[in-house]
Amino acid sequence: MDGVHDMGGRQGFGRVRYALKAQTFHEPWEKRVNALYSLAVKLGIFNMDEYRHAIERMEPRHYLSASYYERSLTSLATLCVEKGIVTREELERRAQGSFPLSLPIGPGRSNVKTRERFKVGDRVRVRVEHIPGHVRAPGYVRGKTGTVVGISPAYPFPDAHAHGVKAEDEPTYDVRFNAEELWPNSADPAQVHVGVFESYLDRVV
Amino acid sequence: MPDSSNIRQNTATVEQRVDAIEAVMHDRGMNPAPFIDEFKHTIEEKWIPENGGRVVAKAWTDPEFKKRLLANGRAAVGELGLTMPPHHRHLVVLENTPTLQNVIVCTLCSCTAFSIIGLPPDWYKDLEYRARVVRQSRTVLKEMGLDLPSSVDIRVWDTTADTRYMVLPEQPSHTKGWSEEELAKIVTKDAMIGVARL
Repeated sequence: MDGVHDMGGRQGFGRVRYALKAQTFHEPWEKRVNALYSLAVKLGIFNMDEYRHAIERMEPRHYLSASYYERSLTSLATLCVEKGIVTREELERRAQGSFPLSLPIGPGRSNVKTRERFKVGDRVRVRVEHIPGHVRAPGYVRGKTGTVVGISPAYPFPDAHAHGVKAEDEPTYDVRFNAEELWPNSADPAQVHVGVFESYLDRVV
Repeated sequence: MPDSSNIRQNTATVEQRVDAIEAVMHDRGMNPAPFIDEFKHTIEEKWIPENGGRVVAKAWTDPEFKKRLLANGRAAVGELGLTMPPHHRHLVVLENTPTLQNVIVCTLCSCTAFSIIGLPPDWYKDLEYRARVVRQSRTVLKEMGLDLPSSVDIRVWDTTADTRYMVLPEQPSHTKGWSEEELAKIVTKDAMIGVARL
């Protein structure tokens, strides 16, 4: 989905708030949240694609203002409600206040039937598609052409895996793009690599 | 219409919300308390950048290991007793050279090879880094204290799938001849993300 989570290349942001030896956690509850969603994944209540998509489905103002671990918490709680483990009412009664959850999930999709295998050196173009559900192609490579420089083992197809849709696993390809082609006249010169699922790619001949 | 009023009015504090979901998981027999204790131990003692430090030091001192590491990162770190979660099926190790700097990001969320290089620092998960480093790599690195000469090319790697990446930094010239143990100590998480040189 073209959500606010798709941050790559967005303008208007200031300096990275960088510090040497920066911390991962700032509050004690953050480690608990990290543990609780990991436990839920371990118990098979949801998978990592469902987890990531539930974060993407957060109301955009909430997404942008929440900390990283508040987003984790919101995804965990949303999926527990959607999987029938708890009702929102029970959560809010226990929390003694409102408990903002993510917005409802839409349809997923299975693999693209016409996808093909690529090898290192192949030229590929990212399909121009606007998928309403979970998708792991960042918007900044849509329609852009690059070169395959690496191939992964097959992974669950996120567009299906986040939605309970059956699909075959697919490899991802590390595709090399030129930053100045991704954002003409508006990027620092660099090569930008994205791990792109097979279903998102067309061959360039 | 999406109801966003619930995030402004009478919202429970984040601690109250965490307590609520933990209590639910407890009541449903998921036994979260011991898992939380075990998890804290794992993140504090096991998923630490010293793991990556050992990998890098070994690569600097053992050319055959370095070859295996660059060919199949997941298998090579396994030789040192290091493991990755099942869904991280592939580890790609990116070698810096005097004319090449590799940088890792996850623009869509905040994925990292956390069992090898440690859990990501706060700035890695912030909107600024995710938005900007793919498009303004040299500028962002300079702002973060890494002012690369124009002779150094930049390669950015966006972790959009479950393949994981780590940067193999260049060995500083003054450390030639050091032991593997000494070398491991100078390797930082930031150098393995690629926003710092050693």
